[in-house]
Amino acid sequence: MKKRSDGLLRSAAAAPHVVWSVLFIVAPLIFVCYYAFTDASGHFTFSNITGLGNYAGTFALSVCFAFIATILCLLVAYPLAYCICKLSPRSQKILIMLAMLPMWMNLLIRTYSMMAILDNEGFLNKALEAIGLSKVRILGTPGAVIFGMVYNFFPYMLLPIYSVMSKLDSRLIEAAEDLGCNGRQVIMKVILPLSIPGIVSGITMVFVPSISTFYISQKLGGGTFDLIGDAIERQFQRPDTYNVGAAISLVMMLLILVSIAVMNRFTDEADGNGAGGGIIV
Amino acid sequence: MKILSRSYIAIVFAILYIPILVLMLFSFNSTASTGVFSGFSFQWYGELFKDARVFTALRNTLILAVSSSLISTVIATGAAVGLDRMRSAKIRGVINSVTNIPMMNPDIVTGVSMMLLFAFFGNLVGATADKLNFFTLLIAHITFNIPYVLLNITPRLRQMDRNLPEAARDLGCTPVQSFFKVELPFMMPSIIAGAIMAFTLSLDDFVISYFTSGSDFETLPILIYSLTKKEVKPNIYALSTLIIIAIISLLILSNVMSSRSNQSNAGSLRKGKDKLNGKENI
Amino acid sequence: MNNEKLIELRSVSKSFDCEQVLRSIDLDIHKEEFITLLGPSGCGKTTTLRIIGGFVSPDEGDVIFDGKRINDMPPHKRPINTVFQRYALFPHLNVFENIAFGLRLKKTPEKEIRSRVKEMLKMVNLKGFERRSVNNLSGGQQQRVAIARALINKPEILLLDEPLGALDLKLRKDMQVELKRMQRQTGITFIYVTHDQEEALSMSDTVVVMAEGRIQQIGTPEKIYNEPVNAFVADFIGESNIVSGIMLEDYMVSFAGQKFKCEDKGFEKNEPVDVVVRPEDIDIVPVSESMLTGKVTSVTFKGDYYEIIVDIDNFKWMIETTDRVAVGATIGISIDPYEIQVMKKSEFSGKYGDYSSFSDELEHLSELPEEEK
Repeated sequence: MKKRSDGLLRSAAAAPHVVWSVLFIVAPLIFVCYYAFTDASGHFTFSNITGLGNYAGTFALSVCFAFIATILCLLVAYPLAYCICKLSPRSQKILIMLAMLPMWMNLLIRTYSMMAILDNEGFLNKALEAIGLSKVRILGTPGAVIFGMVYNFFPYMLLPIYSVMSKLDSRLIEAAEDLGCNGRQVIMKVILPLSIPGIVSGITMVFVPSISTFYISQKLGGGTFDLIGDAIERQFQRPDTYNVGAAISLVMMLLILVSIAVMNRFTDEADGNGAGGGIIV
Repeated sequence: MKILSRSYIAIVFAILYIPILVLMLFSFNSTASTGVFSGFSFQWYGELFKDARVFTALRNTLILAVSSSLISTVIATGAAVGLDRMRSAKIRGVINSVTNIPMMNPDIVTGVSMMLLFAFFGNLVGATADKLNFFTLLIAHITFNIPYVLLNITPRLRQMDRNLPEAARDLGCTPVQSFFKVELPFMMPSIIAGAIMAFTLSLDDFVISYFTSGSDFETLPILIYSLTKKEVKPNIYALSTLIIIAIISLLILSNVMSSRSNQSNAGSLRKGKDKLNGKENI
Repeated sequence: MNNEKLIELRSVSKSFDCEQVLRSIDLDIHKEEFITLLGPSGCGKTTTLRIIGGFVSPDEGDVIFDGKRINDMPPHKRPINTVFQRYALFPHLNVFENIAFGLRLKKTPEKEIRSRVKEMLKMVNLKGFERRSVNNLSGGQQQRVAIARALINKPEILLLDEPLGALDLKLRKDMQVELKRMQRQTGITFIYVTHDQEEALSMSDTVVVMAEGRIQQIGTPEKIYNEPVNAFVADFIGESNIVSGIMLEDYMVSFAGQKFKCEDKGFEKNEPVDVVVRPEDIDIVPVSESMLTGKVTSVTFKGDYYEIIVDIDNFKWMIETTDRVAVGATIGISIDPYEIQVMKKSEFSGKYGDYSSFSDELEHLSELPEEEK
């Protein structure tokens, strides 16, 4: 009997957290739903959701940009992780520290530093001029926005891939070679399949912030591109458009949750204890 | 092959760092140009230090980061211990899933959802003026910090030999004594790492703060945002440079500390946002 | 060892998640006794230990300490200390503080703590280790700290849960001797859990053989080895050939198609029984003088003896001998009456004691450390 009350006492330690979660995680999400299905005077309506047709272009553009940025991150980060893994443990440690360092700097600062480089009168163009080439207008192009996303979220792709890859048992690679794999086959048949959990979490970690960003597109897109994040941010400037903003947020959230669920299913199949698989669903 | 891979590493890291280095360089420029370096000067730093807003924002940021990381660490420690002992795996699973929502959700959704909550209750109590203030911001920061702290503590607790608390009881501890004399010290490195992570996340956050802060409490990221809304001026470069230097010194310091205490808990040095993979990262 | 009872278990039962782990256990443990709970994994020996320690409360039955029922007494109030399987040393405390832990809780004066820790360290041969971190100690050293940490509290009983399981063979042998010495020196009752029969036989005053949640036999090591009560005990302790037989009358048993003189009595006439013959008790003799004959199917060199499997009437017997025989040879065997042990039939009859599918690997598999409950 003593034991049971002790166990209960232990579980009670989680109570503040449970209360907090209900009040500040669950309740806010309920409010998103509530606002998404009501009008400014609090009456039930579907018009916010049906009105989202106006934002179809915004959604398409965001998904497109985020998708390209994610793929680019993957294409750059995967070989990089592989190259880093080949180095001595000391160099690996230093390089990973260096890769993490920019993440400690605020997103705003990083984006701002990109502006300094890409600006029409900025460092890159001055450098191009200096070597006799003509200026290029970069700010305001889709390339600038996508590059901004890749630049800002690149470490989120590199780190999970690296952490999975660096833990690969080197004997597996030796075994594959022993069984007749050449260098390319070792990568395709052993390293790649085993690093899928890292790739999947990398993809989620880059895709989610990319699709929801608003600062990057405002600064590097020069206001030419309206992404989901921008649309949401704009709606929340004035109380009377909260409802539309909530509707956009709700749809974006569902979009992301569904993609994560699909991805997790994918990892769970590939790897029984996939990194963080099934956290949400 | 070796040369190829080394140069690849070099190129990627160069691209990663050039913008930051350029920004730091131009913070010392004697003119407002961000393209041509016309001479070394501290004028932008001087201009920065004249601005009282910067100091207020810095103070606000620190107050917020310290209080939110402390509170979230206490809540998360309790949660970790409670969840660990919870019999029902189902309930535990539900709680964990809910806890992880702020990590999974885009920051902007977390931000606006809390803003809606505060707005709704602000309307209820009839607050006509600004419904958002220090406390709404604090609540938001605690909320997004908790899962990251939990992410640090839970694996450590799982590593604990189940016999450890039993050994304490065996040697004469009451359950409460056993918790404070054995289990808490065992968890301590992860608790500290979690608190540091929460602190840095709080320092760094812009998106959620943007939606949940009122006009009377401005943090550094929000200040930077409002400054960059207007024209580009190198005084923001100067501010950024100072922040970067502060971060690097903090990193070096914590690295030295952790290697000195021989507690190879790299977790504290890890940026929290490596969401899903959190506990697996270096 | 004296005859005063210290701990009594009275029809103790325990289930975990609908799985019955202990089925009505009765056990008396005496003062100054070195008693070993021996059995394969899952037999309930660790659960029995944890019930005595107070970490598990029995579903039914009573735990009696010094005549008082202590079922609901929490562990920290029991005059019992434990040496845990993987030692469970506190990683945040050094050797000194680990050992002093119990005394500090009792608010013992600092001076006394210091002298008693010193004394303890001397007893476990770790003089001068006070300031060392427990994380940098070898397995054997951690083991010693764990023992010192428990013994310093002068418990009435010391519980040891497979304490030597993680050590290598050589160290294990040394520690066995040392544990026995410490037990004699302190006069504390030791309750020792192990799945290693050799360890149990060499250290204990009393061995309790357990299987499937029940106590199979309680007795001195000699008695357990020489007079096992059923096929399980005979098989678990040492190697044995166990054959079905019929007790024709007192001192006369028949098995393998022959009548044998034996030293057992008290069975009913023509009662079916199990007969145990230890491999080392079988003599190889010329076929003409033999009681049984059979064909050698395998010979394994074991260093100081050969292990021979002989097929006698389709039953494979194991014989340990120093004589060299060839595979395929037909040999005769003879068994002296006092080497034959007759046992009642039990639920274990027929499950053990035939070496037809004998393999060392299986043996090891069954000796994996017990899952923690």
